[in-house]
Amino acid sequence: MAVTGREKAWRNDAVAKVTGRARYADDLKVPGMLHAVPVYTDFVHAALRAIRTEEALACPGVVRVLTAADVPGTCRWGQIRKDLRMLADDRIRYPGDVVAVVVARTRAEAIAAASRVQVEADPLPEVLDPEEALREGAPLLHPEYGDNCVVHHRVRRGDHENPLADAEEVIEAEFETPFIEHGYLEPESALAVPRPDGVMEVCGSMQHPFSTRRFVAALLGVPLMDVEVRSVAMGGGFGGKDDTAAVVCARAALAAHLTGRPVKMTYQREWSIRESYKRHPYRLRYRLGMGRDGRIRGAEVRIVADAGACCSVTPWVTWRSTVQCCGPYRVPNVRADVLGAYTNRVFTGAMRGFGSPQVNFAVEQLIEMAGERVGLDPVEVRERNLLRQGDVTVTGQVLDRHVVSLGEVMRLALRDSDYRAKRDRCSRGDPSRRPWYGIGFAISYRGMSLGAEGTDATSAILNVQPDGSVLVEAAVHENGQGCESAMLILAAEELGLPLHRLRYRQPSTSNIPDGGTTVASRATLMGGGAVVLAARDLKARMAEVLAPDLGCDPGEVRFRDGHLAGPDGRGIPFDEAARRMYQRQQFPHAFGVFRAPRVTWDEETGQGDAYFTWVYGCQVAEVEVDPDRGHIRLLDLWAVHDCGRAVNPQMLLGQFYGGMAMGSGYALLEEVAHEGGRIVSLNFHRYRIPRATDLPDFHARVVEHPDPLSPSGAKGVGEPTNELAAPAIANAVYAATGRRFTRLPLRLEAGR
Amino acid sequence: MRIVVNGEAVEVPEEQAGRKLVDFLREDLDLTGTKVGCGIGMCGTCTVLVDDQVKRACLLTLGTVQGRRVTTIEGLTPRNGSLHPVQQAFVDAGAIQCGFCTPGMVLAAWGLLLRNPRPTRAQVREALKGNLCRCTGYRQIVDAVMEASRRLADAPADRTKEEGDPNGTAA
Repeated sequence: MAVTGREKAWRNDAVAKVTGRARYADDLKVPGMLHAVPVYTDFVHAALRAIRTEEALACPGVVRVLTAADVPGTCRWGQIRKDLRMLADDRIRYPGDVVAVVVARTRAEAIAAASRVQVEADPLPEVLDPEEALREGAPLLHPEYGDNCVVHHRVRRGDHENPLADAEEVIEAEFETPFIEHGYLEPESALAVPRPDGVMEVCGSMQHPFSTRRFVAALLGVPLMDVEVRSVAMGGGFGGKDDTAAVVCARAALAAHLTGRPVKMTYQREWSIRESYKRHPYRLRYRLGMGRDGRIRGAEVRIVADAGACCSVTPWVTWRSTVQCCGPYRVPNVRADVLGAYTNRVFTGAMRGFGSPQVNFAVEQLIEMAGERVGLDPVEVRERNLLRQGDVTVTGQVLDRHVVSLGEVMRLALRDSDYRAKRDRCSRGDPSRRPWYGIGFAISYRGMSLGAEGTDATSAILNVQPDGSVLVEAAVHENGQGCESAMLILAAEELGLPLHRLRYRQPSTSNIPDGGTTVASRATLMGGGAVVLAARDLKARMAEVLAPDLGCDPGEVRFRDGHLAGPDGRGIPFDEAARRMYQRQQFPHAFGVFRAPRVTWDEETGQGDAYFTWVYGCQVAEVEVDPDRGHIRLLDLWAVHDCGRAVNPQMLLGQFYGGMAMGSGYALLEEVAHEGGRIVSLNFHRYRIPRATDLPDFHARVVEHPDPLSPSGAKGVGEPTNELAAPAIANAVYAATGRRFTRLPLRLEAGR
Repeated sequence: MRIVVNGEAVEVPEEQAGRKLVDFLREDLDLTGTKVGCGIGMCGTCTVLVDDQVKRACLLTLGTVQGRRVTTIEGLTPRNGSLHPVQQAFVDAGAIQCGFCTPGMVLAAWGLLLRNPRPTRAQVREALKGNLCRCTGYRQIVDAVMEASRRLADAPADRTKEEGDPNGTAA
């Protein structure tokens, strides 16, 4: 069924946001609150000798200047390797490393004093290229790990020693992608309040409250129970409000801990871009072996990712790239090596897409290059190789536990966009035509949620009040996409209640178990799964207690239209049912846990059932190219994604359009510009994210094949929508110009 | 020095003439619907109306708005608990995600409709190009502004009285 977008939008926080009443971290004020700001240096790589804080401390309004020497716990933390410095304690490894935090009565006073902190350090050799970093004898960023290699994933499939042995044609290509800034409009901000009970309470613009709690507790050297992290409205994340946002919270908490006063730390855009992690730049080398029958025989893949100054989640990002390294195609013989390397550049981590946008940019051009070599058009070469029901992925996973709709979404997108008719109009670099026109597309599959990269379970609480109103909470986080609304809709559907009878309660880290967060497009799938399971448990408990009132068996009680109904039509209004539950000393309260079905992985061979389910998508782009001005204009963009089930159709479409916009920026505009190890695009005047005038009115179609392994039937959509625009646009630009562009963002030289 | 903020006259000491309007709104008046996203006038999250003109509060000093009418999102919102037609259209169109751009977007959209009540989609995009949104891809925001334009055109003339002053600037 296609969602056409007629349904009215619904979200629980819409009125608060549209009236400006929603409170984001920097909107909060507490009496006696101090302000903290970070202190950076100009070094790219240097050994710290001394940090002199006396002058800064003497500035008006300054209360305290903190350095690593003041840390009661540890400066060193990280989700995988503990190599991220919350405060620099031995070296500066990139210009975003923070050596001190100035705490003052006002923000202006703190900023004024920050430039008075003096740092003495001995410059060390800079490592700015990931492949150089991996060479024998390269200067080491973190000598304790023995080399600069953060991770090395492999896929060894079929004749992996010689994967191109059967190939009749070999297509070789190299691709390059840049650092990308998330560009959340709200810069990092945190407010830490030391509570009388000894708990450090932290509110912040962060998307992972539980990871944030670990960072805070590590820096303070306290147990997790002594830190309570609360969610507030967050102004965008896109994967980017994880490590850095957590560190900002931790520094605010340290300042609050040491001064005994509430401390707010709000970032300027320049600090945010300087310090916060980015999307990984990749260099991707492919040799793809084809048969003259148009079937892929094998692939050799080598991908090197720039991890920057610390590990962060590079092993997880590159793992997804590894699993999906050959795109959504049957490839019988594969040797793939995917590496991440330390460099003295800004570190890299999670960003919407998480290792797939880079790979798709390469593979989705490569498949067309291969098709062209054997005389197949872009549609036919994909039809011959794409994954179908029951096919086996390059990691050996059989896709037979859900509907494999890859071919379906591709055909729908081609039909919606009228691709075949428009293909004949493509200019292909015809010098007699100006401007040039092109249409192109790309397809993908994407493993859902964390897969074998981590423990994957989450929980939800349904708490029915004595008047029959319902509080819902889940351990996943509202990043702005509307996951709270999705949870409420799912709970309302299960309980047969109108939406106004439910309210979402944002949990804190102290009242719900650590169930990960909103990453990997897992909020609706995992959090929604937990809500559905909690609701089913709640219904069973209420039915057990109240079935006698309805003169039936518990299994016969139905929850619909605000009532508990028995088979003979008798009913109890839900509010009355709630009252009777309390009266009978039976709390209508349920705790639901959704554990992701089992996945497997062998790190040596790169074989296993990597993800418990997958989604499929296709996007089609139309472009106009002005070769004289070197300008590419996006005329239209069409998307079709199978996301299992549309829980909240208008918000789902919002995920489509937002992902498509971000993907378009990746294709045409965005690049974190560096001069050596220093970022120079430090604000939105130099870092161009798409504006309203850069984009056309996007087209979206939702395909729904409810997933049998998802309690709600829904899968995820946030990331798939952001992983296809760049290769679709690159293929359209090829159709327009007759030239392949293998670097992002796509840049035409004027006059060619 | 006097500024009219959301219909109320506010006295500001002369020595604050050089202070940024956005800081004054957020810190002194607690009007935190006006956001700071870049501080250099590139993102539009601090958009306010000054005498009905769309302005960036991070680029204005208090001195430059002396004697003028400043409207923030709080001032646009009717006091009777309802929503301004532009706000309602944003809600209905699904134009809100993280919400950080939303107050500025709504004000920029209202500023457009004040000078051009029936814009084309292209004119809406042009009018909003100074307001960044990273979540929505703008599609539903443009839908919202078009819908607001239709509803305002269809509304009876006295609608503004029923719902409070949609301009929110009557002193």
